[in-house]
Amino acid sequence: MNRIETNVIIIGGGATGAGIARDLSMRGLLCVLIEKNDIASGTTGRNHGLLHSGARYAVKDHESARECIRENKILKKIASHCIEDTGGLFVTLPEDDPAYHRNLIEGCKYAGIEAKEISIRKALEMEPNLNPDILSALVVPDGTIDPFRLSSANILDAKERGSTILTHTKVTGVIKSGARITGVECIDLKGRKTEVYADLVINAAGIWGQEVSALAGIEIKMFPSKGSMLIIDYRINNVVVNRCRPPADGDIIVPGDTVSLIGTTSKEISYDRINELTVDDEEISILLSDAEMLIPNVRHTRALRAYCGVRPLLAVSGEAQGRNISRGIALLDHHERDGLEGMITIAGGKLMTYRLMAEKTADLACEKLGIKKECTTHLVPLPGSEKKIARKSRIKDFTGIPDSVVGSTLYRHGQRLHSILTKNKKNYRVICECEMVTEGEIEYAIKKLEVKDLVDLRRRTRIGMGPCQGELCAYRGAGLFQEFGGSTPEESVILLQDFLEERWKGMKPVLWGDGLREAEFTYWIYQGLFGMAHMDEVKHKKKKILNKDILPADAKTDNKKKKGK
Amino acid sequence: MIKIENISFDHCIKCTVCTMYCPVSQATHLFPGPKASGPDAERLRIKNPELVDSSLKFCTNCKRCEIACPSDVKIAELIQNAKWNYLKIHWFRPRDFFMSRTDLVGGIATLFSGIVNFIIGLSIVRIFMHLFLKIPFRTVFPKYEKTTFRRIFKKELRWSQSEYSKKVIYFHGCYVNYNNNSLGRDFVKVMNALGYGVEMKKEKCCGVPLIANGYIEKAKKNAVYNIASLQKGGGDSKIVATSSSCTFALKNEYSSFLELDNSGIADRIEFVTRFIYNEFLSGNIPKMKPLGIRAAYHSPCHLERMGGVMYTLGILKKIPGLELVVLNSECCGIAGTYGFKNENYDISQSVGKSLFNLIDKAVPEFVITDCETCKMQIEMNTKYKVLHPVTAIAMALDIK
Ligand SMILES: Cc1cc2nc3c(=O)[nH]c(=O)nc-3n(C[C@H](O)[C@H](O)[C@H](O)COP(=O)(O)OP(=O)(O)OC[C@H]3O[C@@H](n4cnc5c(N)ncnc54)[C@H](O)[C@@H]3O)c2cc1C
Ligand code: SF4
Ligand code: SF4
Repeated sequence: MNRIETNVIIIGGGATGAGIARDLSMRGLLCVLIEKNDIASGTTGRNHGLLHSGARYAVKDHESARECIRENKILKKIASHCIEDTGGLFVTLPEDDPAYHRNLIEGCKYAGIEAKEISIRKALEMEPNLNPDILSALVVPDGTIDPFRLSSANILDAKERGSTILTHTKVTGVIKSGARITGVECIDLKGRKTEVYADLVINAAGIWGQEVSALAGIEIKMFPSKGSMLIIDYRINNVVVNRCRPPADGDIIVPGDTVSLIGTTSKEISYDRINELTVDDEEISILLSDAEMLIPNVRHTRALRAYCGVRPLLAVSGEAQGRNISRGIALLDHHERDGLEGMITIAGGKLMTYRLMAEKTADLACEKLGIKKECTTHLVPLPGSEKKIARKSRIKDFTGIPDSVVGSTLYRHGQRLHSILTKNKKNYRVICECEMVTEGEIEYAIKKLEVKDLVDLRRRTRIGMGPCQGELCAYRGAGLFQEFGGSTPEESVILLQDFLEERWKGMKPVLWGDGLREAEFTYWIYQGLFGMAHMDEVKHKKKKILNKDILPADAKTDNKKKKGK
Repeated sequence: MIKIENISFDHCIKCTVCTMYCPVSQATHLFPGPKASGPDAERLRIKNPELVDSSLKFCTNCKRCEIACPSDVKIAELIQNAKWNYLKIHWFRPRDFFMSRTDLVGGIATLFSGIVNFIIGLSIVRIFMHLFLKIPFRTVFPKYEKTTFRRIFKKELRWSQSEYSKKVIYFHGCYVNYNNNSLGRDFVKVMNALGYGVEMKKEKCCGVPLIANGYIEKAKKNAVYNIASLQKGGGDSKIVATSSSCTFALKNEYSSFLELDNSGIADRIEFVTRFIYNEFLSGNIPKMKPLGIRAAYHSPCHLERMGGVMYTLGILKKIPGLELVVLNSECCGIAGTYGFKNENYDISQSVGKSLFNLIDKAVPEFVITDCETCKMQIEMNTKYKVLHPVTAIAMALDIK
């Protein structure tokens, strides 16, 4: 069994956990972050990435609204490459109560959110695809936020400041010494166990926080509320479009990188179902028909995927409904609450309040550990968001790499672009043609961004996230794991298969029209042409391989040795 | 944000067949091909217009990709649109300006055809053009005629046309008017032999070279003029053209690309070989004598796009004594004004190479093709004279 010692253990690699790791390492503490899956694979990667202005809460929940607009302004500064300052619209449809418009303006004013009424003509100029029958329009400082980039940049910073990141490693138990928690036990994908000891354990496991605290014998009650979303395969809007009515199903369309996201439904589910997430037909038809009312063009577009997430809200009272329950931040000191020293839990909040959640948690952690350092995360930009985005024409003149590649890489990695797009053959080879991911970017991600498999790679680079959903890039990407990640050919095939299965899951609920044609074509390529239909033999081997490291750092030399024999 | 109306890009299933068929992406790595420049890049351009790639300029608009696409994506159209909507070129480009004003330049050049032909043939002038206008030194410009076809028609041919009970309206295009009067004469001869009198309306350049060089507004103006003029008092007689590119523009691009209403003329426009084919089919075949020649036939890209090649082959096969070698479908590489530019010259040449080889292998006496710029390219790069199918028929009619 491995043994690691550190200052602080963070359980959960969502935005919250990643933010805490960064905050604490900026205050000079060493952290070990343990994530059972991949960075941002939990709720953080399963929302529509709205950088709230706060307007959605302005009528009902002033505290959340104020929190949002404050963080909104901070993130625009420190996380510029993860954020698009698109602006947002609240539009009233003929079906909606016109009074809400007034209430909203009032609420925004009260919360300090700049909301400006504009003419319908102006709104249509801003967003030409909007329903022309709207009755009124309001501009608010909404934006969009890329959860994968945001989490990854926080992790990268924490790592560069000395913290350790263990992904695909699950916390299975806590180590106690009397009434004090002194560490955790965890197990990785291949069944290897590790004990990590620390002065403090932070439970940032989101909706799974209930499970994690149960490991320590503490009871907290989460309130799982499922939300489903749809992805349209290109941007049908450039501005966040909200429906001007009390928050309800299918009332928002958020542009996100090359796609648009229709959100969301809200449905109470029982806690034991938080892992079996499926989107049903009814939700899809609600989302589609409601989105069509905002942007009529939706009718002619291709729905790419459907997915859902579970809001990690702490239950405060029994009767509250998914949307009515406060999105407030809950920070629990288990010493105070349960008499157990050495562990705190952070839950609730939002993706875009991750930094504030991290600040509050780190403040408490420092207090408990007797460290007197102030939070600076609101001042220091994330890696990639430093200074103003460089003139990309300079890169282009030098390397001759096309604008579409330079621009797309800049979107994803901000200033780190300079260490990726060098004048190297790799950067002229486009691996993912929908999203313009080059071989160079993939090498960077595998080597620097905690990538263990193709699904992780997708979260860091958008490979396989375009309309073809991996049709052309998946096998190329899998091959590159051998080159940059040291996987064997068999392992690469397994990575490929897992990736295709994951893509398939999200596509299945929305397979019709062109999406279906494309899926059939992909099926033919992999199952027929590449013979993946006969993968059972390889699967057999999978068991054996799982007992080894999937990507051992020294695998390459190992392989060579074997060949030599 | 643009208003998204043309969403044909969204039907793409990324099969990459189009890129396999694109002659330019075969010839150069500088052009990533129709899939990458069309449907793939369109999503990126919608996200942020700054992501437009300058490599779009290498597309010749040959439309072979559109023929190949199983999803009916209007790839070439997407690329043309993107080229001029996103790349936003505003400065004055003398070469492109004059190259695309075929009627303006042709009108002047025919007045001084002797001097003009002499001057543009001089090495020193061609060096100058190479250096300053970026027109390849090796370019052989088409000779300008001493007069225009319209004048010839007015003076010599018009009088006899009322003898025929049926009539067609002839859209001659710039090339016949300024560079190849004899094709116009051949057309009238063949129509008359079929029992049709020829009438001509006022016309301006169809707009193809303007579109190719980014003068979309000017192209629209010309198109509006042509639609109005051709619509006027023609009854339901067919409007027939001898240039495949003019035909494609009048019939398709006016509506699909320039977004104009050409419904009043679209159904009446026909490429000449299809018109003749239908006449032949209904038994109206004039007396032709055996030609006794061997010719290789090259199918122009735009005619292929219109699905017109079978008609040309159909009528050529009816010419007695014409031994025809049908060449594999290849792009000649000139693409209108494309091959007349320095920056495209090498690409244009390497695209055309396989065609030139095929022609040489066929050992013909003549090459036959329907397109004027294909003709220029082939004559520049092989030793053969190139005939229009209508000319071939006229030759067979002439034999006494
Ligand atoms: C449908 C929907 C839409 C939303 N829209 C928005 C929005 O537009 N804007 C916004 O700001 N917020 C939005 N949110 C809220 C936001 O997504 C969440 O509040 C936020 O992502 C929570 O992040 P987290 O890090 O706390 O939790 P998570 O991202 O869930 O992170 C917890 C992590 O802990 C890991 N973990 C669990 N158990 C263990 C264990 N035993 N060992 C190791 N690791 C473990 C999990 O794998 C997971 O990665 C939305 C939420 C939903 C559901
Ligand atoms: S129009 Fe021709 S050159 Fe342009 S992309 Fe299509 S096939 Fe290639
Ligand atoms: S041929 Fe058509 S469907 Fe296939 S990649 Fe090209 S544009 Fe897409």
